[in-house]
Amino acid sequence: MDVAIIGIGLHRFGRSPNMSGMQQGASAVRAALADAGLSWADMQFAYGGSQDGGNADALVNELGLTGLQFTNIWNGCATGGSSLHAAYSAIKSGEYDVGVVVGFDKHPRGAFNPQPKEWGLDEWYGETGLMLTTQFFALKTQRYMHDHGITEDALIRVSEKAFTNGSLTPTAWRQQALSYEEIANSAMVSDPLRKYMFCSPAEGGAALIICNASKAHQYRSNPLFLKAAAVRTRHYGSFEVFAPSQAMDVADAPTVTASKAAFEQAGIGPENVNVMQLQDTDSGTEIMHMAENGFCEHGEQEKLLRDGATGINGRLPINTDGGCLANGEPVGASGLRQVYEVCVQLRGEGGARQVPNQPKVGYTHVYGAPGISGVNIITT
Amino acid sequence: MSNQVPLHEGLFTWPAAKPQLLGSRCNQCAEATFPAQPDCRSCGSRRTTIVELGDRGILWTWTIQTFMPKQPYRSDETPETFRPYGVGYVEMPSGVRVEARLQANSPNQLQIGMPMQLDIIPFRTDKNGNQKMTFSFSAAQGV
Ligand SMILES: [Zn+2]
Repeated sequence: MDVAIIGIGLHRFGRSPNMSGMQQGASAVRAALADAGLSWADMQFAYGGSQDGGNADALVNELGLTGLQFTNIWNGCATGGSSLHAAYSAIKSGEYDVGVVVGFDKHPRGAFNPQPKEWGLDEWYGETGLMLTTQFFALKTQRYMHDHGITEDALIRVSEKAFTNGSLTPTAWRQQALSYEEIANSAMVSDPLRKYMFCSPAEGGAALIICNASKAHQYRSNPLFLKAAAVRTRHYGSFEVFAPSQAMDVADAPTVTASKAAFEQAGIGPENVNVMQLQDTDSGTEIMHMAENGFCEHGEQEKLLRDGATGINGRLPINTDGGCLANGEPVGASGLRQVYEVCVQLRGEGGARQVPNQPKVGYTHVYGAPGISGVNIITT
Repeated sequence: MSNQVPLHEGLFTWPAAKPQLLGSRCNQCAEATFPAQPDCRSCGSRRTTIVELGDRGILWTWTIQTFMPKQPYRSDETPETFRPYGVGYVEMPSGVRVEARLQANSPNQLQIGMPMQLDIIPFRTDKNGNQKMTFSFSAAQGV
C-alpha cells in the first residue's frame, strides 16, 4: 500500500495574538481539507501533537465530534515527523484509506525552559545552568567547526540565506532579509552562535491529508507520494542534548540512521533529491545536518555555502521557506511545516521562492531532544 | 562562617584534600558515565560500580552562557548581578567526557585541547544560610 499526500494546510507561523494554539491547529486542518476537497467527516483517523497548545485530540471540539480515531503524539521537536510516521504506517497497513496529521503550538516568549525530571535528570543539572538547548547546539557546533575546518563565515551564510528565503515567503514569520554584516555583528549568544543564528519559539499550525495512493487520483490530479517515513532515536555514544556526560567514542547521530533508513525505503539516494528541509534551529545545526543527511561530506559545507549551492537556485536548495530561522519553531507544527513547504515546491506553487526546473523529489528532516530524528521523502 | 554542603550527593568526593568527580563504570563493558547510575546505557547491564573519574581533564568543547537562564536555573543572581559563565565537556582520563560549568567566561580564555582541573565551588546559598557547593573546571595550574 503506497501513501499519498492530497491536501496541505498551514496556519501562518509567528504570532496570532487572538487565537489559541488549538484554533491555529484547527485553522491548518480546515485549510488542508479545503486543499484536498474533503470534509472533516471524511477523515477516518488523525494523529496530532503539541507541546504547549493543549491535547491535539481536543481539536474535535473545533472540527466536529465524528467519532474518528484520534491519537496524540509527543516526541519533542520531532513530533511532526513522528505523527506523520504514525499516519504513514496506518495507511501502509491497509487499516485506513484517508486521514489527517496535524501539529500546532503556542509558546510563551523567550527560550524554552525544559525541566530536568521530565528528561530523567536530577535537579542539579538544571539548577546549575547546564540544561539549555542553545548551549548544547553551541557546544556541538564548536566541536564540529574544530574537527571539520568550518569557520564563522559558514554560520553567517546559513542565516543570510534563511532570511533571504523568508523574505520571499508570504507565510514566513520573519520577512526581512538581513545583510551579512547585520548577522556577523549581532550579539554573541552562545559562542560561536549569534543572535541571528538562532530560531525563536513561535506559534502556528500545519496539517496534511494523506490517503491510500491507489485512491489519490480520485481527490486530485497532482497528488504527491510519501515514499519514506523513518524515525530513529540515538545510539550509545552519539553527542546529544541534555547529556551530563558523553562516551569517548562518538557514534553516528540518529539523523544518520533515520536518513539511511529513509533512502533505503524510497530506493533512492541523496543525489536524487531536488529540494530539502533540514532542521535549522540554529545555523550550526543546518551545517551539521547537511552532512548527517548525506547531502555532502563533513567539512564540505564551507565551500557549498560560499558558492550559494544551498540557495533556491543552487544545486542543494535547503529550507526554501526560510526554515526554522525565518519561521520560528512552534514545536508541534514545525516538522509538518517542512513537509508543507516541500509539497508546495513539488507542486510548483512556490512563487518567488520556487526552485527551478520542476523538482520531483523532496526531503524533510527534523531533530529533537534528547536525540531523535524523523526523515520523510516525498515525490511527484 | 556559613556551612558548606554539596548541591547534590554523589557527584564528587568532598570535602577532601583532592576532590574527585564520581561516576560509575559498567562491570560488563567497562564504559564509564557521569553521574553514577545503577544500569549501563551502553550494554544494558545492571551491574555497575561507583568509581572516581579524576580531577583533571582536557577541554573537548566549550561555549559561553551569556544570558541568565530561566528556571530551572537557580542561583543567587539577579539579571543585574548575573555573570556569564563557561560550559564545556571535559575529557577525563578515566574515559568519559563530563559536562561542567567552566570558571572562564571569555572566549579568549578557552581553547579546545587545553588542560583543565576540577574545583568544588560555592554555587548558591540555601534558606538556612548554607552554601551549596557544585563542581566546575578551570585552566589547570602546574602539573
Ligand atoms: Zn555496559
